[in-house]
Parts: sequence; C-alpha cells; structure tokens
Amino acid sequence: MRDSQEEALFEYLLRLGDDRLVLGHRLSEWCGHGPILEEDIALANVALDLIGQATHFLQLAGQVEGQGRDEDALAYFRDAIDYRNINLVELPNGDFGRTIVRQFLFDAWSVLLLDRLQRAAHTRLAGVAAKAYKEARYHVRHSGEWVLRLGDGTDESHRRVQTALDELWPYTGELFAADEVDRLLAGAVAPEPAALEPAWREVVSDVVRRATLTLPADGYMHSGGRHGRHTEHLGHLLAEMQILARSHPGAKW
Amino acid sequence: MVSRAGAEADALFEVLRGIPDPEVPALDIVELGIVRRVELRPDGAVAVEVTPTYSGCPAMHVIEQEIVAALNANGYDRVELRTVYSPAWTTDWLSDAAKAKLKAYGIAPPDHAVVEQALVPLLSSVRRAPCPYCSSSNTERKSEFGSTACKAIHYCHHCHQPFEEFKAI
Repeated sequence: MRDSQEEALFEYLLRLGDDRLVLGHRLSEWCGHGPILEEDIALANVALDLIGQATHFLQLAGQVEGQGRDEDALAYFRDAIDYRNINLVELPNGDFGRTIVRQFLFDAWSVLLLDRLQRAAHTRLAGVAAKAYKEARYHVRHSGEWVLRLGDGTDESHRRVQTALDELWPYTGELFAADEVDRLLAGAVAPEPAALEPAWREVVSDVVRRATLTLPADGYMHSGGRHGRHTEHLGHLLAEMQILARSHPGAKW
Repeated sequence: MVSRAGAEADALFEVLRGIPDPEVPALDIVELGIVRRVELRPDGAVAVEVTPTYSGCPAMHVIEQEIVAALNANGYDRVELRTVYSPAWTTDWLSDAAKAKLKAYGIAPPDHAVVEQALVPLLSSVRRAPCPYCSSSNTERKSEFGSTACKAIHYCHHCHQPFEEFKAI
C-alpha cells in the first residue's frame, strides 16, 4: 500500500466486507430452521446476497492491500481481533423477531450507505455498491415488512420485537461513529458516518411507529468492533466458519 | 448495451448463445445480459467481460467455466475472463423475446424495474404479477424470495397454481 489514504481504503473495505460476511453467516444459521418455508428461503437468500457482497468488497480490499491476499484469505485466515465488523451483526440470532429487528436496523442503514457509495469517486467501489444497493432495497423491504407484521401483530409478537429493539438499540451507535479512517475518506470515497443518521432515524422511527412499537431512548452505546474489540460471540462464529478452510487449506471439491 | 468490437464478435456471440443459464435454462447467458463484451484480440486471445446478476449468484463460477469450455471447443484456446460491475445488471436488459421464453417456461417475466420512493412501502402496494399459466392478474405474492436469487413466489387464485416470477431489479 502506498500511503495512509490507501491504508484507510483497505480498512474501510474490510469494514464493508466484514459487516456483510458476519451477518450473512449469522443468517445462514437459520437455513433449515425458519419458522415457515418461505422465510427459511428468504433468510437464506438474504444471507447469500450478503456473503456475495462481502466477497466483492473483500476481493477489492485484497487488491488495494497488494499483499496477495484474496477474499478467501481475508475471510478464513483472520482472527476475531482482525475483524472490522460492528458488534450488532455478530450477536446471536435469538428468536425470529430478534433476527428481524437486527436485520431491519442494519438494512435501513446499509441501503442508505450503499446509495451514497454507488455515487462515490472510487469506480470499483461504486460498481460493487451499485449492485449491492439493488439488493439492499429488497432486504430492507423484507425486514421492514416483518417488523410491521410482528410489531402490529399479536401481544406475544409485539412483546418479543419490542424487547429485541430495546436490547439491540445500544448496538446502533457504532453505525454512525467516525474515526481516522472515516476522516481520511470523507467526501470523495465515503460519506461521513454521522451524515447518514438523520435519514436512518427517519426510516426506523417511521416503521417503528407504524408497527405500534416504541423507539428506545438513546443511552450507553457499545463500540469497538471497527477496531477489533468484539463480543465473545464472534470467536465462536468464526470458529465454525473457518474450521474447514483452516483444517484443509486450499481444499477443493 | 452489448458492445461488439470487431467482425469476429458475432461468431463469438453465437458460441456463447449456446450456453444456457444453469438456473434458468430457458434463457442463454447472452440474452440474460451476463455477457457484456466479447472481443478477439490481435494476438488471438478472446477477451470476455461478464457481470453477475446478483452479488451472491452461485452459478457464476459454473458459467465462467462453461464460457471457457465452449470457446476452447470452438478453437479459441486462450480466453481471458473479466468480471465487471458497472453498469449493474438489470432485468430491463431482457428483450421481449426473452420474456416470452420465460413465460412459456412457466416463469412470470419481470416488469420494468422501478425504484419505489418508500424504503418500506405499505404492504398493500405489492404488484400483482400476471399468472404465466392462465394470464389472470388475480394473483398474490407469497414471498419476494424463491428457489433462486432472481425469483419470487406467487400464487394464482384463478387457476390455483403457485408460480414463480423473475423479479424486476
């Protein structure tokens, strides 16, 4: 890598890739366990999209880094401390309602971010983002519609998604926190994280209101994922995801 | 849309038209819009540009292998494949003839891709895809996700058949 700008871009691409890889892996855990067949298929489809997006972002990260690491090397041969995803996406799935609330909080942010990135000055990044944006549009439609159904559903479904919303809310601060990487890229390559917050709040609060749920108050916010400080859950997830590649490096079938 | 550089391009495209999409074999990979550019270089190598339909399309690797194999079988020994992302693939690239093939195959063809204003629209605003079997519009979308990334699941209340729709994107 040539300079601090390139290093920042590499870090930023890892963030984009890792968020989607980890969330995609979490969603894939639902495969065969969905509450109904259609949702089993839906969650697996969304997982596939996210892992595909991660592949493209990590591939680009490897090219920017210039050390010969491809997307598989980055996915399978980094430990938790080197992962750059936000903590929200590594949290266990919980019940279907909790999975959906986590997904909606992420999707509503991701679609806004990708919309900005597809118009960024970095051509390759913009191209990958433009494709991912189309997918994020139907992801947020899917998760948002489920928040409406469950929130404005039965007493039981309402209680469960409200609890999930309350418990996951302290993990949303990381979506908008900025550091040196963001400051180096702000403007030309990536939007300032905080610039997305008003639009995200508008989308989230609108759906929460229509779902007859209550938006939690802002309090303590977790942080650290962008710098490798993760919850204990990520290590377990990576162990499962990486065991095959690490046990049989270069395996093909 | 698809640029054809050089007089050999038509012959190369003809070779690639012989490759059906692995997941929707009613269409070939050229009419699906996956092949963006084919060029015979002065040094004899064939340069092919492809674009994925969806980020996680699991058929992409198979398609790339089949492109190389088909060109090799037609005497083009050196093939250079490149993946391009821009412009992003859209179902608007499907011709009317391709859409008719989908319908005949039992998959409702995609409508024009439109970007709705609301990120989470009202549930009642979902489009009713015409049934590919009886053409009734008395249908209901059951899920925006189907057996492959590119399809949604619908149900026809007129002929009581479930059917798939090629999603507009």
